[in-house]
Amino acid sequence: MAFRLELREKTPVWFNIVLPLSAVMATLLLCSGLVALAGANVFHAYSELFLSAVSSRFNLVETFVKATPLIFTGLAVAVAFRAKFWNIGAEGQLLAGAMAAAYIGGIESLPSFSLVPLMIIASALAGAGWAMLPAILRTRFKVDDVVTTLLLNFIMYYVMTALLDGPWKDPLSGYPDSPDIRMDAEFPILLHATRLHLGVLLSLLAAPMVWWFLRRTTLGFSISVVGENPSASAYAGIPITRILIYTALISGSLAGLAGAGEVGGLHFQVMSGISPGYGYTGIVIAMLARLNPIGVVPAALFFAVVVTGAESMSRATGVPVFLADVIQGTALVTMLIAQLFTTYRIRTLTTQG
Amino acid sequence: MSNPDYLLSMQGICKSFGAIQANYNVDLNLSEGDILGLLGENGAGKTTLMNILFGTYQADEGKIMVQGSQITIHSTADALGFGIGMVHQHFHLVHQHTVLENLLVGEPGRMGRLDFSGARRRLLEIGEQFGLTLNPDARVSELTIGEQQRLEIIKAIFGDSKILILDEPTAVLTPYESTGLFEALRALAEGGLGIIFISHKLHEVRNVTNRVLVMRAGSVSALVEDTKEVTESDLARLMCGHELNPPKKNTSKLGDTFLSLSAIKTGDSTHQKLKGINLSVQGGEILGIAGVSGNGQKELADVIAGVLSHTEGTFEVKGEIISKASPRLMQKLKIGRIPEDRMTTGLVTSLPLYVSMVLPWIRRSIFSRFGILRKNEILSFTSKMIKRFTIQATDPEVKTGTLSGGNLQKVLLARELAFEPEVLLASQPTRGLDVAAAEFVHRQFLSLREKGAAIILISEDLEELFALSDRIVVMYEGRIAGETKINDASVEEIGLLMAGATLGA
Repeated sequence: MAFRLELREKTPVWFNIVLPLSAVMATLLLCSGLVALAGANVFHAYSELFLSAVSSRFNLVETFVKATPLIFTGLAVAVAFRAKFWNIGAEGQLLAGAMAAAYIGGIESLPSFSLVPLMIIASALAGAGWAMLPAILRTRFKVDDVVTTLLLNFIMYYVMTALLDGPWKDPLSGYPDSPDIRMDAEFPILLHATRLHLGVLLSLLAAPMVWWFLRRTTLGFSISVVGENPSASAYAGIPITRILIYTALISGSLAGLAGAGEVGGLHFQVMSGISPGYGYTGIVIAMLARLNPIGVVPAALFFAVVVTGAESMSRATGVPVFLADVIQGTALVTMLIAQLFTTYRIRTLTTQG
Repeated sequence: MSNPDYLLSMQGICKSFGAIQANYNVDLNLSEGDILGLLGENGAGKTTLMNILFGTYQADEGKIMVQGSQITIHSTADALGFGIGMVHQHFHLVHQHTVLENLLVGEPGRMGRLDFSGARRRLLEIGEQFGLTLNPDARVSELTIGEQQRLEIIKAIFGDSKILILDEPTAVLTPYESTGLFEALRALAEGGLGIIFISHKLHEVRNVTNRVLVMRAGSVSALVEDTKEVTESDLARLMCGHELNPPKKNTSKLGDTFLSLSAIKTGDSTHQKLKGINLSVQGGEILGIAGVSGNGQKELADVIAGVLSHTEGTFEVKGEIISKASPRLMQKLKIGRIPEDRMTTGLVTSLPLYVSMVLPWIRRSIFSRFGILRKNEILSFTSKMIKRFTIQATDPEVKTGTLSGGNLQKVLLARELAFEPEVLLASQPTRGLDVAAAEFVHRQFLSLREKGAAIILISEDLEELFALSDRIVVMYEGRIAGETKINDASVEEIGLLMAGATLGA
């Protein structure tokens, strides 16, 4: 008996649901060994992990709040990867967006009503600008975008910490944090006594919009075509350079919005730890979602559940919270394996003769 | 049946993919010194049979014997181990590396070190024995297509293979290169190899093989034990099940000059691919461009398609001077293009068929408005084209890449003909297509010509050029080496021009 991969004609629609689910199941199965090693009952630990995140209204909202930056960075990466613009820089673009939002939110002279919209616009522009740099380097000078987008993350991070430790340091607290934004610059809360802020809603609206954009607009069409076959696109008269720059702008602005949500909705200031790697996690989420913008939402929620749930699991069963990281990493690997089945089918072969 | 004298014997091979029976009860025997033609149209099951032999697929039923003993082939590595070498239509070479390095790919080496001197000796040996010579230190990117194929053949027999399979080896060669290939094959056969020569070009099969196995719809439809006893039309009948029916060329009225190039050059003086091209084409004519590949045809096509801009000379379309060409401008001027390499520069194989079908037209108002796609129109247009051009595709959403070569070419044709081009630029439009598919393409060209469009046909297939063209020009080293009206042209003359001879010398 032998196995072989054969190319599929079409990927069945239900694969979009079944594959990620089986990848998640496989992940949990693989990680159960670690849970058992930590001396906990696997079922108990997993039920804590998953049920705590949805057990109360507060926890449920928190899950969505945690998922918000991940949805934005996941979308940013999904758009970029569609065009094969390898944007590893959502992290830096997020930071740029966060700083822009915090800066606008602190300007005393701006009228109150304009603050929130201006913060949103500024963060998108800042993220887009920071993403355009590697796009220009790639299209004009053929510099590898993986390297530039990645390294620009560090540049942005250190620019930020330099500012926070210097000119932008909050004079009142003395910590390396930026001053708080104005009260009227804080994002409106949509559900009383929770942290369900405007950014959460925006992220949930952004996903279907990006989906529609990719599937139903000429620019979205061009983005996928340029990604899949740049030379056929060039021959067909599609301006590749322009499309890649647009892709970078859209991707960067989505990542920038993640920063606006964190500043305007949660922290009301910029501090060095404002993003625990949301930009990088966005890559995993986009892959988990198979670059499908709609899929980004459940993928981000899954990660948010795991992160929120890990603490209650730890408290209840003693399994270290680091399991959350293991689950995230394993999920990427299982999903990449599951991806294989979207383009190939497995045939079992019987030996001849 | 299981004669131990056979080098290779495949018996009762059956293979099905889902509901499609790709091979049914196929027997194939090959002796030392044989050149067996494997003839059949696209989809007749030739490739499946050879893939089974080469370990890419496993047969559902049947057995394979090599030199009298039954074997099981699980992988290409197994096949190579049993002395079966294959030269694919698409080469598998590392372009950045040298000939020698390519030969060592996949070799185990000695203690982890590659045996360069041994490989060099073996290459020399093969050169002496079969006349297959190559400079061991040349980079693959510097080799001509014919030389790259020679390298593939050398690779296939490098490890002392006794059985050599060639999948449509002449599809990429010039007539001259083909002759060289046939000589090499004869030398290999005399050296005791058994060769399977897959083709649908009848004259080649007649020319080079001594036996022919004809396949149709997955089964063997005939076995010719002596090629000399059959004619080309016999083979055609056996292969297609009916007589050939080449399209007839009617006279057409010449119209205005649509496109003219004078003294066109590209690149700087050191990398000049076009060195002053003068060319014009009128409505209602087919201008054939002959030449060995790499003599500037690709660059010429790129200039006309607007992908490459010329550095000197005048490029006029319908009397208008083109100073800054772009693919989009050429589309506007109704110049259609069928690129040489349909998979990489024509279609998007990984996306649905409808994407490939509307790729150049996506900004037209029927397919999008205000930047928003009109999906229903796109899908119904694609379905319409599938029907009109009898493309074998279940629906517009199948992945483009799952279609066969002939159908992919039909997709390109449908796409480029959809909005009635005034000039159609076609590069190697029937390369790798079977007789029926090629006839289909030719018929489309002729009907376009009758409608008054100009067609520029770049081809290495002289038969095709002679059948279709009104005029033939020959390209050699970036220049037009000569031009003749079709009625005055002879294959010999064109062949000489292709090889660099000057007319009247």
